[in-house]
Amino acid sequence: MAERSEEVKLLGMWASPFSRRVEIALTLKGVPYEFSEQDIANKSPLLLQSNPVHKMIPVLLHNGKPISESLVILEYIDDTWQNNPILPQDPYHRAMARFWARFVDEQIYVTAMKVVGKVGEERDVAVEATRDLLKLLEKELVGKNFLGGERLGFVDIVATLVAFWLMRTEEVVGVKVVPVEMFPEIHRWVENLLDVDVIKKCIPPEDEHLNYIKARMDSLKLKSVQ
Amino acid sequence: MVTGDVKLIGSWASVFVMRARIALNLKSISYEFLQETFGSKSELLLKSNPVHKKMPVLIHADKPVCESNIIVQYIDEAWSSYGTSILPSLPYDRAIARFWAAYIDDKWFIALRSILTAQGEEEKKEAIAEVEERTEHLEKAFIECSNGKPFFNGDHIGFLDIALGSFLGWWRVVELDANHKLLDETKTPSLFKWAERFCNDPAVKPLMPDTANLAEFARKLFPKPQP
Repeated sequence: MAERSEEVKLLGMWASPFSRRVEIALTLKGVPYEFSEQDIANKSPLLLQSNPVHKMIPVLLHNGKPISESLVILEYIDDTWQNNPILPQDPYHRAMARFWARFVDEQIYVTAMKVVGKVGEERDVAVEATRDLLKLLEKELVGKNFLGGERLGFVDIVATLVAFWLMRTEEVVGVKVVPVEMFPEIHRWVENLLDVDVIKKCIPPEDEHLNYIKARMDSLKLKSVQ
Repeated sequence: MVTGDVKLIGSWASVFVMRARIALNLKSISYEFLQETFGSKSELLLKSNPVHKKMPVLIHADKPVCESNIIVQYIDEAWSSYGTSILPSLPYDRAIARFWAAYIDDKWFIALRSILTAQGEEEKKEAIAEVEERTEHLEKAFIECSNGKPFFNGDHIGFLDIALGSFLGWWRVVELDANHKLLDETKTPSLFKWAERFCNDPAVKPLMPDTANLAEFARKLFPKPQP
C-alpha cells in the first residue's frame, strides 16, 4: 500500500464491462477510490479533458494524472499497488495473460457485439463465430479454477465481459450463445467467479443490468428500422 | 551475449516482426530468424500461433509468444538485466507508453493502411487527412513523453519508439503511393527529427528495409485494380 495520501478517482459507467473491470482491480487491492458516474450522451468537461484522444470511459485519475484504456489501467493498477497481484510474476505467463486479455477484447467482444446488434441470419453467423472463439477459452479452463490458475487474475477480470455481459444478453436476445452442454468449463468458471466476494460486489446488479441491456437493444432495433 | 534457444518467425517486410527484432537487438540476444515465404504459412507458424496464425512469433526454449507488443514486453522482462530498459521505469510513464502503442495499432495504422486500400481519389484524400490528424496527436505524444530528450523513451529507444518507428519503411512507401508528405518537417517537426534518429540507431539500422524493395512488395500485397 502507498504511504503518501492518494487521490484515486474513476470516471466510469455502471453498466460498462470496461469500467467494472477497473473497479474489480481497485477493490481487489483495497484501494479506496471515488467513482464518478459519467453520462456518455452528454460528456463532462472532466472526461473530455482527461481523455481528449478517445473521449471514452473508463479513465482513472491518480493524484490528478489521467490514465485511459481499461487494459492499460489494469496494468497501471498492478504496477502501482503491489499487493494481491493481478498479473503473474513469470514473464512467459505474463505474456500469455496479455495475449488472452487481448483475445477477449479484440476478438470475442467484437463478435459478441454482432450477436446483440444484428438480427436473423447475420445474428446466427455471429453466434457461431462467438462460439468458435469461446471454445478456445473453454480449452484454457480445463483443470483450472480460474483463467489465472488457482486464483483470479488478469484474464479473469477482463473476461468478466463474457461471464456477466455476453452471458447476460442471452436472456434478452433469446439465444443460448453459451449453452452449458457445449461449454461446461465456462459455466463452472462463472460459478467460481460468483464465489469471489470482490466479483459479487463489483458486477452490475442482475435485474437492473438486464433491463438496461433490453433498453439498449430496443433502441438499436429502432435505429436499424429508421 | 545471451545464448539459448531463441527463434523468431517472421518476414523482412513486416513492421510487427521488426519490433521484435529491434527488441532482441537492444538486449544483444542471438536468435535464429525463420523467414516465412510470402503467400504461404509454415507448419511451425501454424503450430506456434494456432489462434491467429500470424507472425511474429518468438519461440524461447520451445515456448511461443505471440503479438508484437506482447513479444517486446516479454523480451524486456525475460532479459531485464541485459542492455537498456525497453519499457519506462515509472508506472505512469509505462501507462502512457502502452496507451500510445495501442493508439498506433488501433487508430493510426488503420488510417495509414486505408490510404493503400483506398478506392478512388476522394477516398484517398479522406484517408490522408485522417493520417495527418492522427500523426499530429503523435507529435504531441512525442513532446509529452520525450520531455526534451531524443526519444519517446528518453535517452534510448524504447517501447513506444519501437512501436511507431518500425512503421517508418512503410510510412515512406505510403507517402510515395499517396504522392503526399505524411511525415512533414513543418507540421510535425519533432517527429520528423525523431524519425531520422530512430533509423540511425544501431539496433534499427540493419533491419529497416530498403524503400524500393518495400514498394515493390507493397504492389504484391496491395495490387492496384486493372483499368
